[in-house]
Amino acid sequence: MAEPTTAPGAGPGAAPSSPPDPGAEPEQSLVRAVEVTRRYGDVTALDRVSLGVRPGELVGLLGPNGAGKSTLINLFCGLRRPTSGRVELLGGSPADPVRRRGIGVTPQETGLPATLRVGEIVDFVAAHYPRSVARGALLERFGLSGLERRQVGGLSGGQKRRLAVALAFVGDPRLVFLDEPTTGLDVEARRALWDAIRDFHSGGGTVVLTSHYLEEVEALAERVVVIGQGRVLADGTTEQVRDIAGVRRVTLTAGDLPALPGVLRVEREGDRTHLLTSDADALVRELVRADVPFSGLEVRPTSLEEAFLTITAGSEAA
Amino acid sequence: MSLLLTHTRYQFMETVRVPIALIGNGFFPAASMLFFVVPFAGDHPVGATLATASMMTFAVMSSALFTHGIGVAEDRVQPWDPYTRTLPAGPWPRLGARILNSLLFTLVGVLPVLVISALFTEATVTPVQLVLGVGALLLGSVPFQLLGLFIGYALPSKAAIAVVQLLFFPMAVGGGLLTNPMDAPAFIDAVAPFLPSRGAVELVWAAVGYGSPRPLATAMFAVWVAVAGALAVWAYRRDEGRRFS
Repeated sequence: MAEPTTAPGAGPGAAPSSPPDPGAEPEQSLVRAVEVTRRYGDVTALDRVSLGVRPGELVGLLGPNGAGKSTLINLFCGLRRPTSGRVELLGGSPADPVRRRGIGVTPQETGLPATLRVGEIVDFVAAHYPRSVARGALLERFGLSGLERRQVGGLSGGQKRRLAVALAFVGDPRLVFLDEPTTGLDVEARRALWDAIRDFHSGGGTVVLTSHYLEEVEALAERVVVIGQGRVLADGTTEQVRDIAGVRRVTLTAGDLPALPGVLRVEREGDRTHLLTSDADALVRELVRADVPFSGLEVRPTSLEEAFLTITAGSEAA
Repeated sequence: MSLLLTHTRYQFMETVRVPIALIGNGFFPAASMLFFVVPFAGDHPVGATLATASMMTFAVMSSALFTHGIGVAEDRVQPWDPYTRTLPAGPWPRLGARILNSLLFTLVGVLPVLVISALFTEATVTPVQLVLGVGALLLGSVPFQLLGLFIGYALPSKAAIAVVQLLFFPMAVGGGLLTNPMDAPAFIDAVAPFLPSRGAVELVWAAVGYGSPRPLATAMFAVWVAVAGALAVWAYRRDEGRRFS
């Protein structure tokens, strides 16, 4: 599970907040899920999810493995159909190939055909789109220059991953879906990929990416949607989500506690009391000042999922 | 149309870059020809011609069922296959390319049968009959192509292998492909007209100058094409790749 951390040096400052998007109604969503539920047999992967992405947004879908992020992406790009509810892509159905001309998707993992060459794969994808970007420039942007003639099976893991992400941009799309784009990349390659994604966004492109790393979403996204157990747990700016993710669990053994400031939630477990707070330092100072007897004080970070579930559990009957 | 050609070309490249796949495709029919037809029917002009036609139909059946049934089921578990479904193309370029490639490799697969027949048996055909025969083979392969696609899209690869084998051999034997067409056992005469293999091989026999397809076998052949086609399209639409991904 990702440890909530503060942003690394690179912020999303380079991207303009609302790039012009010719040909689109300004406030209309490029892609939208309305009350979407998706089940696999008995398992509910998505539970009445509603979510829209507007032109020019860079949205990060954040959540643990199995939360439903990939299922949502697969519904958006027409790979799967919802069990109930509605998905709209560029004003139509994602199942309509014509709508999909406006999107680019990254293949999952590194499952590219091993016998094909890098240049051939790019050309294959390009053949599906009415217009496509120049092959040389694309490969350069993703650090793959000079590898056109190389068979995919002979690439390193990082090169395969970068090629897979590059394929999303081949067809000069308005909207790209990047599912775990930087999994398995080293720090340098990850930064280079982030730069490429930011370039696309600052040129007016819309990005939906998934990650289970808060750090990655913080570095790229302006809007973060936290998904857990098939639901949207939070939807806000990066700062708002970072605040929620900064929740700490303060555990102690004590009798009745006075009202303490900044406590988000109280849980009792035997003689132990858990206090969830966004400012553990202030809470501990307040505890000492209130002069209540306590013992066995522990302060621990919460996982993102735990933080969101704790905060949202109160409002819904689980 | 250009997307169909693109998909065909890329699928072709993927296959030919692993050349052993091609050799495997041609081996089984050629070996059957050498072991079963040459020693038993090689000296009889009509018998050898019919047996060659039967063996080529057998090759076409096996190639269509196995290439699609197993190939599609295996492709579906690779992340590349669902990815191609996110590209802006309907099902037809990909399905069409699979069929064209299968036909191409089928022809490569029957070539050794033809060569063995010409060199080691008394089988004869005129050039026109040969062309008609190849056309009849391609037409005859249609229900098997569609059945193969249906199995490949409906089942995981291990189940697909089993189902293809269960389907293939009874159809070949029941359709009379492995017995003397002029003196077939009674049970084969009874079941054969209801199997697509019979309709297919009768087309090929007629093309090389022997008899004409019987109405019942031809009608059943058309029924198989319609049903298998509907099943293939249904299975393709229903397929969403791996369950969790």
